[in-house]
Amino acid sequence: MNLDANRKTALKLAGCALAMFGFGYALVPIYDAFCDITGLNGRTGELSAAEAAAIKPDPGRTVTVEFDTNVNGQLPWAFRPLQRSVQVNPGEVTLVLFVAQNDSGRMVVGQAVPSVAPAKASPYFNKTECFCFTQQTLAPGERREMPVRFVVDPQIPRDVSTLTLSYTFFEVPENLRDSVPAGNNKQSS
Amino acid sequence: MSQAVAHGHDDHSHLPAGWKRWLFTTNHKDIGTLYLSFALIMFFIGGAMAMIIRLELLEPGVQYVDPTFFNSMTTMHALVMIFGVVMPGTVGFANWLIPMMIGSPDMALPRMNNWSFWILPFAFTLLLGSLFLPGGGPAGGWTMYPPLMLQTGFALPFVIFAVHFLGASSIMGSINIIATIFNMRAPGMTFMRLPLFVWTWLITSFLLIATIPVLAGAVTMLLTDKYFGTSFFNAAGGGDPVLFQHVFWFFGHPEVYILILPSFGIVSQILPTFSRKPLFGYESMVYATASIAFLSFFVWAHHMFTVGMPLAGELFFMYATMSIAVPTGVKVFNWVATMWRGSMTFETPMLWAISFVVLFTIGGFSGLMLGITPADFQYHDTYFVVAHFHYVLVTGAVFGMIGGVYYWLPKWTGHMYDETLGKIHFWVSVISVNLLFFPQHFLGLAGMPRRIPDYAVQFTEWNQISSIGGFVFGASQLIFLYLIIRCIRGGAKATDQVWEGAHGLEWTLPSPPPYHSFTTPPQVTDAVAHS
Ligand code: HEM
Ligand SMILES: [Cu+2]
Repeated sequence: MNLDANRKTALKLAGCALAMFGFGYALVPIYDAFCDITGLNGRTGELSAAEAAAIKPDPGRTVTVEFDTNVNGQLPWAFRPLQRSVQVNPGEVTLVLFVAQNDSGRMVVGQAVPSVAPAKASPYFNKTECFCFTQQTLAPGERREMPVRFVVDPQIPRDVSTLTLSYTFFEVPENLRDSVPAGNNKQSS
Repeated sequence: MSQAVAHGHDDHSHLPAGWKRWLFTTNHKDIGTLYLSFALIMFFIGGAMAMIIRLELLEPGVQYVDPTFFNSMTTMHALVMIFGVVMPGTVGFANWLIPMMIGSPDMALPRMNNWSFWILPFAFTLLLGSLFLPGGGPAGGWTMYPPLMLQTGFALPFVIFAVHFLGASSIMGSINIIATIFNMRAPGMTFMRLPLFVWTWLITSFLLIATIPVLAGAVTMLLTDKYFGTSFFNAAGGGDPVLFQHVFWFFGHPEVYILILPSFGIVSQILPTFSRKPLFGYESMVYATASIAFLSFFVWAHHMFTVGMPLAGELFFMYATMSIAVPTGVKVFNWVATMWRGSMTFETPMLWAISFVVLFTIGGFSGLMLGITPADFQYHDTYFVVAHFHYVLVTGAVFGMIGGVYYWLPKWTGHMYDETLGKIHFWVSVISVNLLFFPQHFLGLAGMPRRIPDYAVQFTEWNQISSIGGFVFGASQLIFLYLIIRCIRGGAKATDQVWEGAHGLEWTLPSPPPYHSFTTPPQVTDAVAHS
């Protein structure tokens, strides 16, 4: 019998299986990159303040940006935008405020996860400052106003006249606190 | 086993007796028997869970079981049927038949073969045992989506380790099958002379090696998310639960073809025998099987249309899904053309094979309906999906396997089974299975959600019909069990060829075949090959 041939085939195939196990893990960064490029999952872009200031506003066009807020599961917070929507000219840097209040008797750490709809507009929505860039810690009963500074890219497709920026606040479990969450710069940027 | 090697070649005339023979065996027939018996036992365990589910759904309201237990029944039923019945069962067929069909004495890697079987009882002890842990068994569905699955109690690591073991077993089995087919063929047994069953298993093995490790990765990520502080799927830590669904279905859709391809192979062996004609379009069957397997890697997101995807993604996955219907259609066409103008007779294996062709195709059509993105927004997570996958899995994969058992049982045991009893089993099953699953299409279209122990009263009648069909279908499998046991213990002596129209190397061996199939390799020509 071809013992050697059998062993060779088996080893090669075991190698393939191992490689596919690695591929399963590789899907994590691939998915991240894919979401960034396509705006899948409403991924938004991030710019520095200087880059944003350099964009020339387009006064001939206005788009409406609406705000939506949610809290996940048991997070005992009240969370809402201070304005339901704003009208902006693409290219103009705009400041909006959100407010969160911890209604519970304990200290709670939260992480906001943003998303923009429609998905095809999300790559054109850039933030220079956001409370979602870091974890937020609220003492019992504490209320905090939190800013978001954003600029809509003038290249945004013509047929988009309304964008919705949505945030969901998640409670950060004990073991993930005080560290920059894995992939945070991607997720929240 | 060395004491058994008494002569120049492996002549196991002094087999270890009793349980040791089975524990230490490296023989492909013994291991095939172990796999098939294991699958049969699991079929009844998974079936008992299905009976609990249908009992609870006999009436609206919650009457017999607690909702969490109901959910763990749907979860376990699926895991047992997929990983405990269809996968080991089809590996059992592969073990018994591939060496006999390609003219080799045994499988290429007999020791690994022993391991890949004996892992299974351990894995299922872990899995089934988790039902008795505090907090109950897993109840998050066989798809194990986070964050729901992460709410499982003590059972979670048990389920995950069980999945790892089951995966290891499948991968070892696949490596063995590929090595056997590549290296152990008799002289003249070229690839294009391989019986179709061997082809379907070759392709299935590659699917397993490519996808099972990805599932293993996904469940490992669940495990580390729960116990080791990673955040692959945890939004608060920067992860994304939707990612799990992508990774899972990258495995999951090829998996459904892993479940069905071996049955395609079995049916492609049975139909020519009882039509007394060669398989129509052998080559196109091989290419169709290969293209189904290839395409199955590009359609996974049809399980996620409602999750939220850009329009381009929805369209891509819709068209890719539809395109699989083309090679599938080629296969169905060839099966029908094989029977066309054949001198058909309707022995029990043939009845199962014909009903496979008809009923599997119904499942394929409902799959096409689900593949239409806008329609799926209506059908997703309803009983329509349940009807779809039971048509392809029960009347597809399982009917193919049952047909295969009837077809080869005389060869395996050396005895004819009771034909009358076999026909009774068939007719009771085929009527009851349609009572069981056809009404679920209507329930789904009317909006009844899946995985729920209670339902709105307007769904009562169809659910009752479905449950009654279920009880009858479950009971009729006891006929099958009785028939198999009787056939093993005795019966009319089977001839070597068993069926008048049977062709292929396995039918040139005595019934039952010798312990080592072909100790001197046969010379294969077109005359003895599949045609
Ligand atoms: C023409 C071929 C097929 C097409 C177009 C197709 C399409 C689909 C689609 C679109 C879904 C998702 C439905 C939803 O969740 O909303 C689905 C679910 C499913 N299909 Fe198919 N399918 C096909 C063949 C098969 C075969 C051959 C099998 C297995 C042997 C199978 C097994 C399943 C299973 C198990 C599910 C449910 C998974 C779950 O959510 O638990 N399908 N199919
Ligand atoms: Cu699928």
